[in-house]
Amino acid sequence: MKGETETGGVRKTGIPSMKELRASPGYPGPELLARGPIAVIECVQDIPCNPCEAACRRGAIHVGNPITNLPVFYGEKCNGCGNCIPVCPGQAIFLVDMTYSEDRASVSFPYEFLPMPAKGDIVEGVNRAGEVVCRAEVLRVQKPKRFDHTAVITVAVPKELAMEVRSMKRLKREG
Amino acid sequence: MARKTEIAVVGAGPAGMAAAIEAGRAGARVIVIDENQRPGGQLFKQIHKFFGSEAHRAGTRGVQIGLDLLREAEEAGVATLLDTVVYGIFSDRCLGLAREHHTEELEADAVILATGASENALAFPGWTLPGVMGAGATQTLIHIHRVLPGKRALMVGAGNVGLIVSYQLLQAGAKVVAVVEGLPAIGGYGVHASKVRRAGVPILTGHTVLRAEGREGVERAVIARVDENWKPIAGTERTLEVDTICLAVGLSPLAELAWMAGCEFRYIPALGGWVPLHDGNMETTRKGIYVAGDLAGIEEASTAMEEGRLAGLAAAQSLGHLTRERGEKKKGEVHKRLAALRMGSFGEGRAISKEQILQARETV
Ligand SMILES: Cc1cc2nc3c(=O)[nH]c(=O)nc-3n(C[C@H](O)[C@H](O)[C@H](O)COP(=O)(O)OP(=O)(O)OC[C@H]3O[C@@H](n4cnc5c(N)ncnc54)[C@H](O)[C@@H]3O)c2cc1C
Ligand code: SF4
Ligand code: SF4
Repeated sequence: MKGETETGGVRKTGIPSMKELRASPGYPGPELLARGPIAVIECVQDIPCNPCEAACRRGAIHVGNPITNLPVFYGEKCNGCGNCIPVCPGQAIFLVDMTYSEDRASVSFPYEFLPMPAKGDIVEGVNRAGEVVCRAEVLRVQKPKRFDHTAVITVAVPKELAMEVRSMKRLKREG
Repeated sequence: MARKTEIAVVGAGPAGMAAAIEAGRAGARVIVIDENQRPGGQLFKQIHKFFGSEAHRAGTRGVQIGLDLLREAEEAGVATLLDTVVYGIFSDRCLGLAREHHTEELEADAVILATGASENALAFPGWTLPGVMGAGATQTLIHIHRVLPGKRALMVGAGNVGLIVSYQLLQAGAKVVAVVEGLPAIGGYGVHASKVRRAGVPILTGHTVLRAEGREGVERAVIARVDENWKPIAGTERTLEVDTICLAVGLSPLAELAWMAGCEFRYIPALGGWVPLHDGNMETTRKGIYVAGDLAGIEEASTAMEEGRLAGLAAAQSLGHLTRERGEKKKGEVHKRLAALRMGSFGEGRAISKEQILQARETV
């Protein structure tokens, strides 16, 4: 798979490698993913940051002391509400639902570019390198005031690309 | 006759505002002076959500943190003098102010310098062409003046500033053709780099800009790979069609006033160059003159605010507005938070450098 290629890691390319992701305590394994919608935290460096911890009222994310700890994810406690997505300043939290349908999974990601897509649009799903990997159907566009201008977009993608698609190609501006 | 105040704070960025708020809350008479029409320093250019801890309002946009600081300063009874440049500092903590076509003086019992930093430049053939600018200038154009500096940009530098400004250029509707970084690794946070990558921008480590070409302004940039000594490798040149080249190659403490006041300095590359020595109270080698924020070593808004708090508390305590016990207790809490912010692989270096400053201060 494309996303499986080793990239040299986040410090070299800006893309966390699969090795870095799997080794991080925020990345859910296949058993958790199979259960339903669940957060996927792709935060692999010891940066001083912790808003994700307070964003999750179910206590599924723990940073603790010191705040340079990596976020630890307790997937059993996660109900897939998605509250943590818009709060993360690193835009490093996504939501994946492997059970969306027979052949498709849904992926939610933070999005801060205009114009916004609308529900029902067919957009281009991109991977961590910004490469288009599939067409994706927009299932939901959430941008309530409390998200503070970070929209959360949910798209349906082929199931085998659920752990690859992490955003969508920006839409053209009019004029 | 010179105007008088108890505490004068120079610079209304996060460091200066936090200092003023603490000193004002303690009951001191405080004036904050800034050359801009609006207080907030860098914060008003920063529309992105901030890192840091919950206690530092991380996850909040810089602009909002700026607004909150303004409100708190007002509540603490802090006076602000805007559109005013502090052009000098003279004996006995007397500040020279230039405002509205005249100059005046302000005498203070304590002075807190929080003047921030200036952007480093990078010289290469064509660097004086219109279209070559600092990343901070790019931010000012986009967020303060609402002007897009160009349609196709090259970013030089993959530290946090370069990465964040690249993202903001994309948000404003420009295309960022590439980010080049001379070092073999990305200096900024991985999560910032990942955002830019997902948006389709390549980050080329081990690359630099060789020259800018164009007649009336930037039309092209030539980049190349560099070896470990930053020497361009022949045959690796590439030409990019760009109309803007943004430089994000580091910041240096804006230390003129501290030099003028006669403070002792040390050269510490990890903190951005020459930094004024200070003790745990942020007091320099000149009595009653304090420093905080980027001026005391380039770091982040969250550390700038904490250092500001320290300076504000210490100055208020020295003027008798806080008992020794209360002052030490409050400062102890701030020190703890500062230590936490300087942990991890990104903070360690700064923690060590800051420790050097304290030690050097003791030997002066
Ligand atoms: C692009 C960018 C992105 C950043 N992102 C983050 C982030 O995500 N998280 C984070 O924590 N930090 C971030 N920072 C860093 C943060 O903005 C700075 O560390 C912080 O602003 C430093 O605060 P300060 O108060 O020391 O200086 P400043 O905010 O620079 O304020 C200094 C003020 O003093 C004024 N001044 C200077 N000299 C004089 C004078 N002689 N007379 C009158 N006024 C004067 C200046 O005009 C300015 O208003 C970022 C910085 C940049 C440039
Ligand atoms: S999706 Fe909801 S429950 Fe799961 S970690 Fe995020 S905030 Fe917590
Ligand atoms: S909020 Fe985001 S960037 Fe910050 S620690 Fe949590 S996951 Fe990492």
